[in-house]
Amino acid sequence: MKHAVKKLGMMLLTMLIVSFLAFLAFQVIPGDPTNTILGTDATPEQVEALRAQLGLDRPFFVRYFDWLFRFVQGDFGTSYSYSMPVSDMLSGKLGVTLLLAVLSFTLTVLVSIPVGILSADCGGWLDKALTVTGQITMAVPPFFTGILLTYLFGLILHWFTPGEFVAPGVDFWGSVAYLIFPATAIALPRIAMTVKMLRSGILGELNKDYVRTAHSRGNDRKAILYRHVLRNAVVPSVAFLAMTIADIVAGSVVIEQVFAIPGMGRLLFSSISNRDYPVVQAVIVLMAFWVVLVNFVADMINQRLDPRLRLQ
Amino acid sequence: MLKGNRYLQIGLAITGVVTVLAVLGLFWTPYDPSAMNSAEMYMAPSLRHIFGTDNFGRDVFSRVMKGISTTYLISLCTVAMGAAVGVIVGALTGYFGGIVDDILMRVNDAVTAFPSILLALVFISLLGFGKYNVILALGVAFVPSYARVVRSEFARHREMNYVKSARLMGATDRRIMFVHILPNTRAVILPTLVIGFNNAVLAEASLSYLGIGVRSPDVSLGYMLSESQSYMATAPWYVLCTGATIVLLILGFSLLGEGLQQGRR
Repeated sequence: MKHAVKKLGMMLLTMLIVSFLAFLAFQVIPGDPTNTILGTDATPEQVEALRAQLGLDRPFFVRYFDWLFRFVQGDFGTSYSYSMPVSDMLSGKLGVTLLLAVLSFTLTVLVSIPVGILSADCGGWLDKALTVTGQITMAVPPFFTGILLTYLFGLILHWFTPGEFVAPGVDFWGSVAYLIFPATAIALPRIAMTVKMLRSGILGELNKDYVRTAHSRGNDRKAILYRHVLRNAVVPSVAFLAMTIADIVAGSVVIEQVFAIPGMGRLLFSSISNRDYPVVQAVIVLMAFWVVLVNFVADMINQRLDPRLRLQ
Repeated sequence: MLKGNRYLQIGLAITGVVTVLAVLGLFWTPYDPSAMNSAEMYMAPSLRHIFGTDNFGRDVFSRVMKGISTTYLISLCTVAMGAAVGVIVGALTGYFGGIVDDILMRVNDAVTAFPSILLALVFISLLGFGKYNVILALGVAFVPSYARVVRSEFARHREMNYVKSARLMGATDRRIMFVHILPNTRAVILPTLVIGFNNAVLAEASLSYLGIGVRSPDVSLGYMLSESQSYMATAPWYVLCTGATIVLLILGFSLLGEGLQQGRR
Protein backbone atom coordinates (compact mmCIF):
# COMPACT_ATOMS: atom_id res chain seq x y z
CA MET A 1 0.00 0.00 0.00
CA LYS A 2 2.80 2.38 0.97
CA HIS A 3 4.50 1.41 -2.24
CA ALA A 4 1.41 2.19 -4.30
CA VAL A 5 1.17 5.66 -2.76
CA LYS A 6 4.82 6.32 -3.55
CA LYS A 7 4.33 5.16 -7.14
CA LEU A 8 1.25 7.32 -7.42
CA GLY A 9 3.28 10.31 -6.26
CA MET A 10 5.97 9.53 -8.82
CA MET A 11 3.33 9.29 -11.53
CA LEU A 12 1.87 12.67 -10.66
CA LEU A 13 5.36 14.20 -10.57
CA THR A 14 6.16 12.77 -14.00
CA MET A 15 2.87 14.13 -15.34
CA LEU A 16 3.72 17.54 -13.95
CA ILE A 17 7.11 17.51 -15.67
CA VAL A 18 5.56 16.21 -18.87
CA SER A 19 3.00 19.00 -18.94
CA PHE A 20 5.67 21.56 -18.13
CA LEU A 21 7.95 20.34 -20.94
CA ALA A 22 5.07 20.43 -23.40
CA PHE A 23 4.06 23.91 -22.30
CA LEU A 24 7.66 25.10 -22.49
CA ALA A 25 8.12 23.65 -25.98
CA PHE A 26 5.04 25.38 -27.32
CA GLN A 27 6.03 28.67 -25.70
CA VAL A 28 9.42 28.90 -27.35
CA ILE A 29 8.03 28.33 -30.83
CA PRO A 30 9.45 30.84 -33.20
CA GLY A 31 6.62 33.12 -34.19
CA ASP A 32 3.81 34.79 -32.34
CA PRO A 33 0.38 33.09 -32.29
CA THR A 34 -1.20 36.50 -32.91
CA ASN A 35 0.46 36.39 -36.32
CA THR A 36 -1.21 33.07 -37.10
CA ILE A 37 -4.62 34.31 -36.08
CA LEU A 38 -4.67 37.89 -37.34
CA GLY A 39 -2.40 37.55 -40.37
CA THR A 40 0.53 39.83 -41.10
CA ASP A 41 -1.33 43.09 -41.75
CA ALA A 42 -2.87 43.61 -38.29
CA THR A 43 -2.45 46.92 -36.50
CA PRO A 44 -0.29 46.97 -33.34
CA GLU A 45 -3.44 47.80 -31.33
CA GLN A 46 -5.22 44.69 -32.60
CA VAL A 47 -2.17 42.57 -31.76
CA GLU A 48 -1.96 44.10 -28.29
CA ALA A 49 -5.66 43.45 -27.68
CA LEU A 50 -5.41 39.85 -28.79
CA ARG A 51 -2.30 39.27 -26.67
CA ALA A 52 -4.25 40.48 -23.67
CA GLN A 53 -7.22 38.33 -24.65
CA LEU A 54 -5.02 35.22 -24.99
CA GLY A 55 -3.24 36.11 -21.77
CA LEU A 56 0.15 36.32 -23.46
CA ASP A 57 1.05 39.49 -21.57
CA ARG A 58 1.26 37.68 -18.24
CA PRO A 59 4.39 36.08 -16.73
CA PHE A 60 5.39 32.60 -17.90
CA PHE A 61 4.68 30.64 -14.70
CA VAL A 62 1.33 32.31 -14.16
CA ARG A 63 0.32 31.25 -17.64
CA TYR A 64 1.63 27.70 -17.08
CA PHE A 65 -0.33 27.10 -13.90
CA ASP A 66 -3.39 28.78 -15.34
CA TRP A 67 -3.18 26.50 -18.37
CA LEU A 68 -2.56 23.43 -16.19
CA PHE A 69 -5.57 24.08 -13.94
CA ARG A 70 -7.83 24.57 -16.94
CA PHE A 71 -6.38 21.47 -18.59
CA VAL A 72 -7.09 19.28 -15.58
CA GLN A 73 -10.67 20.55 -15.62
CA GLY A 74 -11.05 19.59 -19.28
CA ASP A 75 -10.64 23.06 -20.78
CA PHE A 76 -7.93 22.60 -23.41
CA GLY A 77 -8.06 26.08 -24.87
CA THR A 78 -9.32 27.34 -28.21
CA SER A 79 -8.20 26.20 -31.64
CA TYR A 80 -6.48 28.89 -33.73
CA SER A 81 -7.78 27.56 -37.04
CA TYR A 82 -11.38 26.78 -36.16
CA SER A 83 -11.94 29.18 -33.22
CA MET A 84 -13.76 26.45 -31.33
CA PRO A 85 -12.90 24.82 -28.00
CA VAL A 86 -10.25 22.12 -28.45
CA SER A 87 -12.27 19.80 -26.21
CA ASP A 88 -15.15 19.93 -28.71
CA MET A 89 -12.78 18.97 -31.51
CA LEU A 90 -11.44 16.08 -29.46
CA SER A 91 -14.72 14.66 -28.21
CA GLY A 92 -15.60 12.39 -31.16
CA LYS A 93 -12.03 11.52 -32.04
CA LEU A 94 -10.89 10.33 -28.64
CA GLY A 95 -13.38 7.47 -28.79
CA VAL A 96 -12.27 6.37 -32.26
CA THR A 97 -8.60 6.16 -31.32
CA LEU A 98 -9.43 4.48 -28.03
CA LEU A 99 -11.54 1.89 -29.85
CA LEU A 100 -8.67 1.29 -32.28
CA ALA A 101 -6.25 0.90 -29.37
CA VAL A 102 -8.57 -1.48 -27.52
CA LEU A 103 -9.08 -3.59 -30.64
CA SER A 104 -5.38 -3.90 -31.45
CA PHE A 105 -4.54 -4.59 -27.83
CA THR A 106 -7.20 -7.30 -27.60
CA LEU A 107 -5.90 -8.85 -30.80
CA THR A 108 -2.34 -8.77 -29.47
CA VAL A 109 -3.26 -10.46 -26.21
CA LEU A 110 -5.64 -13.02 -27.73
CA VAL A 111 -3.15 -14.16 -30.35
CA SER A 112 0.25 -13.75 -28.72
CA ILE A 113 -0.37 -15.60 -25.44
CA PRO A 114 -1.60 -18.90 -26.97
CA VAL A 115 1.01 -18.73 -29.74
CA GLY A 116 3.77 -17.96 -27.25
CA ILE A 117 2.80 -20.92 -25.06
CA LEU A 118 2.46 -23.16 -28.11
CA SER A 119 5.87 -22.11 -29.41
CA ALA A 120 7.60 -22.78 -26.09
CA ASP A 121 5.64 -25.94 -25.28
CA CYS A 122 5.82 -27.77 -28.60
CA GLY A 123 9.35 -26.96 -29.67
CA GLY A 124 10.63 -28.68 -32.80
CA TRP A 125 9.82 -27.52 -36.31
CA LEU A 126 6.68 -25.65 -35.23
CA ASP A 127 8.69 -23.54 -32.81
CA LYS A 128 11.31 -22.90 -35.50
CA ALA A 129 8.71 -21.90 -38.08
CA LEU A 130 6.99 -19.58 -35.58
CA THR A 131 10.30 -17.99 -34.60
CA VAL A 132 11.27 -17.29 -38.22
CA THR A 133 7.79 -15.96 -39.06
CA GLY A 134 7.90 -13.79 -35.96
CA GLN A 135 11.30 -12.38 -36.78
CA ILE A 136 10.10 -11.33 -40.24
CA THR A 137 6.75 -10.01 -38.96
CA MET A 138 8.58 -7.79 -36.53
CA ALA A 139 10.39 -6.10 -39.40
CA VAL A 140 7.24 -5.11 -41.29
CA PRO A 141 6.25 -1.54 -40.44
CA PRO A 142 2.54 -1.21 -39.56
CA PHE A 143 1.88 1.32 -42.29
CA PHE A 144 3.18 -1.08 -44.93
CA THR A 145 0.98 -3.87 -43.54
CA GLY A 146 -1.83 -1.34 -43.64
CA ILE A 147 -1.22 -0.61 -47.31
CA LEU A 148 -1.14 -4.33 -48.09
CA LEU A 149 -4.37 -4.89 -46.16
CA THR A 150 -6.19 -2.05 -47.95
CA TYR A 151 -4.99 -3.51 -51.24
CA LEU A 152 -5.99 -7.09 -50.46
CA PHE A 153 -9.22 -6.64 -48.48
CA GLY A 154 -10.26 -3.26 -49.81
CA LEU A 155 -9.45 -3.26 -53.52
CA ILE A 156 -9.43 -6.97 -54.39
CA LEU A 157 -11.80 -8.71 -51.98
CA HIS A 158 -14.03 -5.67 -51.26
CA TRP A 159 -14.49 -6.59 -47.61
CA PHE A 160 -14.41 -2.93 -46.69
CA THR A 161 -14.26 0.37 -48.55
CA PRO A 162 -11.10 2.29 -47.68
CA GLY A 163 -11.97 5.84 -46.68
CA GLU A 164 -15.58 5.14 -45.73
CA PHE A 165 -15.29 5.00 -41.98
CA VAL A 166 -18.48 5.07 -39.91
CA ALA A 167 -18.29 6.67 -36.48
CA PRO A 168 -18.76 4.27 -33.55
CA GLY A 169 -21.65 6.46 -32.34
CA VAL A 170 -23.54 5.89 -35.59
CA ASP A 171 -22.93 2.21 -36.17
CA PHE A 172 -20.73 0.59 -33.55
CA TRP A 173 -20.25 -2.78 -35.24
CA GLY A 174 -19.77 -1.22 -38.64
CA SER A 175 -17.03 0.87 -37.06
CA VAL A 176 -15.44 -2.19 -35.49
CA ALA A 177 -15.60 -4.02 -38.83
CA TYR A 178 -13.66 -1.17 -40.41
CA LEU A 179 -11.17 -0.77 -37.56
CA ILE A 180 -10.31 -4.45 -37.42
CA PHE A 181 -7.99 -3.98 -40.43
CA PRO A 182 -5.92 -1.11 -39.05
CA ALA A 183 -5.94 -2.89 -35.69
CA THR A 184 -4.42 -5.96 -37.35
CA ALA A 185 -1.77 -3.81 -39.02
CA ILE A 186 -0.78 -2.33 -35.65
CA ALA A 187 -1.03 -5.62 -33.78
CA LEU A 188 1.04 -7.87 -36.06
CA PRO A 189 4.57 -6.71 -35.11
CA ARG A 190 3.42 -6.40 -31.47
CA ILE A 191 2.17 -9.97 -31.51
CA ALA A 192 5.52 -11.15 -32.84
CA MET A 193 7.40 -9.29 -30.11
CA THR A 194 5.13 -10.51 -27.32
CA VAL A 195 5.36 -14.10 -28.55
CA LYS A 196 9.14 -13.88 -28.57
CA MET A 197 9.21 -12.43 -25.09
CA LEU A 198 6.75 -14.91 -23.64
CA ARG A 199 8.49 -17.85 -25.31
CA SER A 200 11.92 -16.96 -23.95
CA GLY A 201 10.32 -16.23 -20.56
CA ILE A 202 8.73 -19.67 -20.41
CA LEU A 203 11.86 -21.45 -21.59
CA GLY A 204 13.92 -19.56 -19.02
CA GLU A 205 11.53 -20.54 -16.22
CA LEU A 206 11.40 -24.20 -17.32
CA ASN A 207 15.10 -24.52 -16.53
CA LYS A 208 14.69 -23.44 -12.92
CA ASP A 209 14.91 -25.69 -9.89
CA TYR A 210 11.29 -25.40 -8.82
CA VAL A 211 10.24 -27.00 -12.10
CA ARG A 212 12.41 -30.04 -11.39
CA THR A 213 10.97 -30.19 -7.88
CA ALA A 214 7.45 -30.09 -9.24
CA HIS A 215 8.39 -32.76 -11.75
CA SER A 216 9.79 -35.09 -9.12
CA ARG A 217 6.63 -34.69 -7.10
CA GLY A 218 4.79 -36.27 -9.98
CA ASN A 219 3.29 -33.26 -11.76
CA ASP A 220 3.03 -33.67 -15.49
CA ARG A 221 4.39 -31.12 -17.94
CA LYS A 222 1.05 -29.41 -18.60
CA ALA A 223 0.30 -28.93 -14.92
CA ILE A 224 3.73 -27.43 -14.29
CA LEU A 225 3.41 -25.14 -17.29
CA TYR A 226 -0.03 -23.78 -16.49
CA ARG A 227 0.06 -23.81 -12.71
CA HIS A 228 3.62 -22.71 -11.97
CA VAL A 229 5.67 -21.57 -14.91
CA LEU A 230 3.16 -19.33 -16.69
CA ARG A 231 2.54 -17.25 -13.60
CA ASN A 232 6.19 -16.31 -13.43
CA ALA A 233 6.88 -16.10 -17.14
CA VAL A 234 4.04 -13.69 -17.77
CA VAL A 235 5.41 -10.91 -15.55
CA PRO A 236 7.86 -9.32 -18.04
CA SER A 237 5.28 -9.68 -20.79
CA VAL A 238 2.76 -7.64 -18.83
CA ALA A 239 5.15 -4.72 -18.66
CA PHE A 240 5.76 -5.10 -22.36
CA LEU A 241 2.05 -5.24 -23.18
CA ALA A 242 1.55 -2.06 -21.20
CA MET A 243 4.13 -0.36 -23.37
CA THR A 244 2.15 -1.68 -26.30
CA ILE A 245 -0.99 0.17 -25.22
CA ALA A 246 1.08 3.31 -25.08
CA ASP A 247 2.76 2.70 -28.43
CA ILE A 248 -0.50 1.89 -30.17
CA VAL A 249 -1.77 5.37 -29.47
CA ALA A 250 1.40 6.90 -30.88
CA GLY A 251 1.39 4.54 -33.84
CA SER A 252 -2.18 5.54 -34.60
CA VAL A 253 -0.88 8.84 -36.00
CA VAL A 254 0.49 6.99 -39.01
CA ILE A 255 -2.05 4.20 -39.30
CA GLU A 256 -5.03 6.56 -39.14
CA GLN A 257 -3.51 8.31 -42.11
CA VAL A 258 -3.22 5.05 -44.07
CA PHE A 259 -6.84 4.06 -43.46
CA ALA A 260 -8.28 7.60 -43.41
CA ILE A 261 -9.68 7.22 -39.88
CA PRO A 262 -10.78 10.49 -38.25
CA GLY A 263 -9.12 9.92 -34.87
CA MET A 264 -6.71 11.69 -32.54
CA GLY A 265 -3.71 10.89 -34.70
CA ARG A 266 -5.26 12.42 -37.78
CA LEU A 267 -6.29 15.48 -35.79
CA LEU A 268 -2.73 15.80 -34.47
CA PHE A 269 -1.28 15.50 -37.94
CA SER A 270 -3.62 18.02 -39.55
CA SER A 271 -3.11 20.43 -36.65
CA ILE A 272 0.64 20.19 -37.07
CA SER A 273 0.25 21.01 -40.76
CA ASN A 274 -2.01 23.97 -39.90
CA ARG A 275 0.26 25.10 -37.06
CA ASP A 276 -2.75 24.94 -34.77
CA TYR A 277 -0.64 24.80 -31.62
CA PRO A 278 -3.33 24.65 -28.92
CA VAL A 279 -4.69 21.49 -30.51
CA VAL A 280 -1.21 19.96 -30.97
CA GLN A 281 -0.34 20.78 -27.38
CA ALA A 282 -3.55 19.28 -26.01
CA VAL A 283 -3.25 16.07 -28.02
CA ILE A 284 0.43 15.61 -27.17
CA VAL A 285 -0.11 16.15 -23.45
CA LEU A 286 -3.12 13.84 -23.42
CA MET A 287 -1.14 11.11 -25.17
CA ALA A 288 1.79 11.52 -22.80
CA PHE A 289 -0.54 11.39 -19.77
CA TRP A 290 -2.00 8.24 -21.24
CA VAL A 291 1.47 6.65 -21.48
CA VAL A 292 2.36 7.59 -17.91
CA LEU A 293 -0.97 6.32 -16.59
CA VAL A 294 -0.67 3.02 -18.44
CA ASN A 295 2.84 2.49 -17.09
CA PHE A 296 1.56 3.10 -13.60
CA VAL A 297 -1.24 0.57 -14.00
CA ALA A 298 1.25 -1.96 -15.40
CA ASP A 299 3.46 -1.39 -12.36
CA MET A 300 0.53 -2.10 -10.07
CA ILE A 301 -0.45 -5.26 -11.95
CA ASN A 302 3.13 -6.47 -11.90
CA GLN A 303 3.21 -6.12 -8.15
CA ARG A 304 0.07 -8.18 -7.82
CA LEU A 305 1.71 -10.86 -9.93
CA ASP A 306 5.19 -10.71 -8.43
CA PRO A 307 5.22 -10.04 -4.68
CA ARG A 308 9.01 -9.59 -4.67
CA LEU A 309 8.56 -6.22 -6.40
CA ARG A 310 6.60 -4.93 -3.42
CA LEU A 311 9.66 -5.04 -1.18
CA GLN A 312 11.79 -2.70 -3.24
CA MET B 1 31.46 -14.94 -32.41
CA LEU B 2 30.25 -15.38 -35.99
CA LYS B 3 30.52 -19.15 -35.88
CA GLY B 4 27.26 -20.87 -35.02
CA ASN B 5 25.50 -17.57 -34.55
CA ARG B 6 22.80 -17.85 -37.18
CA TYR B 7 21.30 -14.44 -36.38
CA LEU B 8 24.59 -12.68 -36.88
CA GLN B 9 25.35 -14.53 -40.12
CA ILE B 10 22.01 -13.82 -41.82
CA GLY B 11 21.90 -10.32 -40.37
CA LEU B 12 25.36 -9.51 -41.71
CA ALA B 13 24.47 -10.93 -45.13
CA ILE B 14 21.28 -8.86 -45.48
CA THR B 15 22.85 -5.72 -44.04
CA GLY B 16 25.82 -6.19 -46.35
CA VAL B 17 23.63 -6.27 -49.47
CA VAL B 18 21.59 -3.30 -48.33
CA THR B 19 24.69 -1.31 -47.42
CA VAL B 20 26.27 -1.98 -50.81
CA LEU B 21 23.06 -0.80 -52.51
CA ALA B 22 22.97 2.29 -50.31
CA VAL B 23 26.58 3.26 -50.98
CA LEU B 24 26.24 2.46 -54.67
CA GLY B 25 23.02 4.47 -54.83
CA LEU B 26 24.94 7.58 -53.79
CA PHE B 27 27.07 7.47 -56.95
CA TRP B 28 25.39 5.29 -59.54
CA THR B 29 21.93 3.95 -60.39
CA PRO B 30 20.96 1.93 -63.51
CA TYR B 31 18.72 4.78 -64.68
CA ASP B 32 18.28 8.35 -63.58
CA PRO B 33 15.86 7.91 -60.62
CA SER B 34 13.81 10.97 -61.58
CA ALA B 35 13.99 10.72 -65.39
CA MET B 36 10.46 10.36 -66.72
CA ASN B 37 9.71 8.29 -69.77
CA SER B 38 6.18 8.39 -71.14
CA ALA B 39 6.86 5.40 -73.41
CA GLU B 40 7.52 3.09 -70.46
CA MET B 41 4.79 3.88 -67.94
CA TYR B 42 3.47 1.17 -65.58
CA MET B 43 5.81 -1.51 -66.89
CA ALA B 44 5.78 -4.74 -64.91
CA PRO B 45 9.14 -6.03 -63.65
CA SER B 46 11.28 -7.35 -66.49
CA LEU B 47 14.97 -7.74 -67.28
CA ARG B 48 15.08 -4.15 -68.47
CA HIS B 49 13.49 -2.78 -65.29
CA ILE B 50 13.85 -5.41 -62.59
CA PHE B 51 11.40 -3.65 -60.22
CA GLY B 52 9.24 -2.28 -63.07
CA THR B 53 8.43 1.38 -63.70
CA ASP B 54 6.02 3.83 -62.05
CA ASN B 55 3.33 6.23 -63.26
CA PHE B 56 5.90 8.55 -64.83
CA GLY B 57 7.88 5.72 -66.39
CA ARG B 58 10.66 6.13 -63.83
CA ASP B 59 12.74 3.05 -63.03
CA VAL B 60 11.61 1.76 -59.64
CA PHE B 61 14.86 -0.07 -58.87
CA SER B 62 16.88 3.12 -59.36
CA ARG B 63 14.47 4.95 -57.13
CA VAL B 64 14.67 2.24 -54.50
CA MET B 65 18.48 2.43 -54.54
CA LYS B 66 18.35 6.20 -54.11
CA GLY B 67 15.71 5.74 -51.42
CA ILE B 68 17.88 3.31 -49.44
CA SER B 69 20.76 5.79 -49.59
CA THR B 70 18.64 8.60 -48.20
CA THR B 71 16.95 6.52 -45.52
CA TYR B 72 20.26 4.92 -44.54
CA LEU B 73 22.08 8.22 -44.33
CA ILE B 74 19.36 9.92 -42.31
CA SER B 75 19.17 6.99 -39.90
CA LEU B 76 22.95 6.93 -39.53
CA CYS B 77 23.09 10.65 -38.77
CA THR B 78 20.20 10.29 -36.33
CA VAL B 79 21.85 7.44 -34.44
CA ALA B 80 25.21 9.24 -34.42
CA MET B 81 23.64 12.36 -33.01
CA GLY B 82 21.46 10.59 -30.45
CA ALA B 83 24.32 8.36 -29.37
CA ALA B 84 26.88 11.17 -29.05
CA VAL B 85 24.64 13.24 -26.80
CA GLY B 86 23.22 10.18 -25.06
CA VAL B 87 26.68 8.83 -24.20
CA ILE B 88 27.83 12.14 -22.76
CA VAL B 89 24.68 12.68 -20.69
CA GLY B 90 24.59 9.02 -19.60
CA ALA B 91 28.28 9.00 -18.72
CA LEU B 92 28.10 12.18 -16.64
CA THR B 93 24.97 11.21 -14.74
CA GLY B 94 25.97 7.58 -14.25
CA TYR B 95 29.50 8.37 -13.17
CA PHE B 96 28.88 11.28 -10.86
CA GLY B 97 25.40 10.41 -9.62
CA GLY B 98 23.97 12.79 -7.04
CA ILE B 99 21.33 15.43 -7.42
CA VAL B 100 22.09 16.22 -11.08
CA ASP B 101 21.57 12.55 -11.83
CA ASP B 102 18.24 12.53 -9.99
CA ILE B 103 16.95 15.59 -11.78
CA LEU B 104 18.13 14.52 -15.23
CA MET B 105 16.67 11.05 -14.82
CA ARG B 106 13.30 12.49 -13.77
CA VAL B 107 13.33 14.65 -16.88
CA ASN B 108 14.41 11.61 -18.86
CA ASP B 109 11.43 9.66 -17.51
CA ALA B 110 9.15 12.46 -18.53
CA VAL B 111 10.63 12.67 -22.02
CA THR B 112 10.31 8.92 -22.51
CA ALA B 113 6.62 9.33 -21.76
CA PHE B 114 6.39 10.85 -25.23
CA PRO B 115 6.78 7.99 -27.72
CA SER B 116 9.70 8.87 -30.01
CA ILE B 117 7.59 9.35 -33.13
CA LEU B 118 5.41 11.83 -31.26
CA LEU B 119 8.46 13.64 -29.99
CA ALA B 120 9.78 13.85 -33.53
CA LEU B 121 6.40 15.18 -34.69
CA VAL B 122 6.50 17.87 -32.04
CA PHE B 123 10.01 18.92 -33.01
CA ILE B 124 9.10 18.99 -36.67
CA SER B 125 6.03 21.06 -35.97
CA LEU B 126 8.29 23.51 -34.17
CA LEU B 127 11.25 23.45 -36.58
CA GLY B 128 9.48 23.01 -39.91
CA PHE B 129 9.56 20.18 -42.42
CA GLY B 130 12.52 18.82 -44.36
CA LYS B 131 15.44 16.41 -44.33
CA TYR B 132 17.72 18.11 -41.81
CA ASN B 133 14.91 18.81 -39.39
CA VAL B 134 14.01 15.12 -39.47
CA ILE B 135 17.57 14.23 -38.48
CA LEU B 136 17.56 16.80 -35.70
CA ALA B 137 14.10 15.81 -34.44
CA LEU B 138 14.78 12.09 -34.41
CA GLY B 139 18.26 12.56 -32.98
CA VAL B 140 16.88 14.52 -30.05
CA ALA B 141 14.01 12.05 -29.67
CA PHE B 142 16.44 9.15 -29.30
CA VAL B 143 18.78 10.79 -26.76
CA PRO B 144 16.85 9.65 -23.64
CA SER B 145 16.88 5.97 -24.54
CA TYR B 146 20.64 5.97 -25.14
CA ALA B 147 21.30 8.07 -22.06
CA ARG B 148 19.39 5.59 -19.93
CA VAL B 149 21.37 2.57 -21.17
CA VAL B 150 24.73 4.31 -20.88
CA ARG B 151 23.89 5.70 -17.46
CA SER B 152 23.08 2.31 -15.96
CA GLU B 153 26.29 0.86 -17.40
CA PHE B 154 28.41 3.69 -15.99
CA ALA B 155 26.72 3.42 -12.62
CA ARG B 156 27.53 -0.29 -12.58
CA HIS B 157 31.18 0.20 -13.55
CA ARG B 158 31.75 3.16 -11.26
CA GLU B 159 32.43 1.05 -8.18
CA MET B 160 34.42 -1.68 -9.93
CA ASN B 161 37.98 -2.32 -8.89
CA TYR B 162 39.63 -1.35 -12.15
CA VAL B 163 38.02 2.06 -11.92
CA LYS B 164 39.06 2.45 -8.29
CA SER B 165 42.67 1.58 -9.09
CA ALA B 166 42.72 3.95 -12.03
CA ARG B 167 41.49 6.63 -9.65
CA LEU B 168 44.20 5.77 -7.14
CA MET B 169 46.79 6.11 -9.88
CA GLY B 170 45.61 9.65 -10.36
CA ALA B 171 43.63 9.37 -13.59
CA THR B 172 41.29 12.28 -14.16
CA ASP B 173 37.55 11.71 -14.17
CA ARG B 174 37.38 12.45 -17.86
CA ARG B 175 40.04 9.87 -18.63
CA ILE B 176 38.34 7.25 -16.46
CA MET B 177 34.99 7.88 -18.11
CA PHE B 178 36.03 7.82 -21.73
CA VAL B 179 39.25 5.80 -21.81
CA HIS B 180 38.56 3.21 -19.12
CA ILE B 181 34.81 2.74 -18.74
CA LEU B 182 33.44 3.53 -22.19
CA PRO B 183 35.28 0.74 -24.06
CA ASN B 184 34.05 -1.73 -21.46
CA THR B 185 30.43 -0.84 -22.10
CA ARG B 186 30.56 -1.57 -25.82
CA ALA B 187 28.95 -5.01 -25.47
CA VAL B 188 25.81 -3.29 -24.17
CA ILE B 189 25.96 -0.12 -26.22
CA LEU B 190 26.58 -1.73 -29.61
CA PRO B 191 23.31 -3.73 -29.78
CA THR B 192 21.47 -0.66 -28.48
CA LEU B 193 22.90 1.36 -31.35
CA VAL B 194 21.86 -1.24 -33.90
CA ILE B 195 18.33 -1.41 -32.50
CA GLY B 196 18.28 2.38 -32.45
CA PHE B 197 19.22 2.39 -36.11
CA ASN B 198 16.17 0.25 -36.79
CA ASN B 199 13.90 2.59 -34.89
CA ALA B 200 15.38 5.45 -36.87
CA VAL B 201 14.65 3.71 -40.17
CA LEU B 202 11.09 3.06 -39.06
CA ALA B 203 10.60 6.60 -37.78
CA GLU B 204 12.09 8.21 -40.88
CA ALA B 205 9.94 6.04 -43.12
CA SER B 206 6.83 6.96 -41.08
CA LEU B 207 7.55 10.68 -41.18
CA SER B 208 8.33 10.67 -44.90
CA TYR B 209 5.23 8.58 -45.50
CA LEU B 210 3.19 11.25 -43.72
CA GLY B 211 4.78 13.76 -46.06
CA ILE B 212 6.59 15.77 -43.41
CA GLY B 213 10.04 14.22 -43.74
CA VAL B 214 12.00 13.86 -46.92
CA ARG B 215 10.18 15.35 -49.89
CA SER B 216 10.60 15.52 -53.64
CA PRO B 217 13.08 15.82 -55.36
CA ASP B 218 14.83 13.82 -52.62
CA VAL B 219 13.77 10.20 -52.64
CA SER B 220 13.27 8.20 -49.47
CA LEU B 221 11.63 4.83 -48.97
CA GLY B 222 8.79 6.19 -46.85
CA TYR B 223 8.05 8.95 -49.32
CA MET B 224 8.03 6.43 -52.18
CA LEU B 225 5.56 4.28 -50.28
CA SER B 226 3.08 7.13 -49.95
CA GLU B 227 3.63 7.98 -53.61
CA SER B 228 3.14 4.42 -54.78
CA GLN B 229 0.00 3.89 -52.69
CA SER B 230 -2.06 5.89 -55.18
CA TYR B 231 -1.04 3.56 -58.02
CA MET B 232 -1.50 0.38 -56.05
CA ALA B 233 -4.11 -0.96 -58.46
CA THR B 234 -2.19 -0.25 -61.68
CA ALA B 235 1.41 -0.76 -60.51
CA PRO B 236 1.39 -3.03 -57.45
CA TRP B 237 5.09 -3.83 -57.93
CA TYR B 238 5.99 -0.25 -57.00
CA VAL B 239 4.38 -0.60 -53.56
CA LEU B 240 5.60 -4.15 -53.04
CA CYS B 241 9.23 -3.59 -54.02
CA THR B 242 9.50 -0.40 -51.95
CA GLY B 243 7.85 -1.99 -48.92
CA ALA B 244 9.89 -5.15 -49.21
CA THR B 245 13.08 -3.07 -49.25
CA ILE B 246 12.08 -1.38 -45.98
CA VAL B 247 11.32 -4.78 -44.47
CA LEU B 248 14.69 -6.12 -45.62
CA LEU B 249 16.53 -3.12 -44.20
CA ILE B 250 14.84 -3.47 -40.81
CA LEU B 251 15.08 -7.26 -40.77
CA GLY B 252 18.81 -7.20 -41.50
CA PHE B 253 19.58 -4.82 -38.69
CA SER B 254 17.27 -6.47 -36.18
CA LEU B 255 18.94 -9.82 -36.83
CA LEU B 256 22.31 -8.12 -36.48
CA GLY B 257 21.27 -6.62 -33.14
CA GLU B 258 19.92 -9.95 -31.99
CA GLY B 259 23.14 -11.68 -33.04
CA LEU B 260 25.29 -9.16 -31.22
CA GLN B 261 23.25 -9.64 -28.07
CA GLN B 262 23.56 -13.41 -28.29
CA GLY B 263 27.27 -13.17 -28.98
CA ARG B 264 27.64 -11.38 -25.67
CA ARG B 265 26.39 -14.34 -23.70
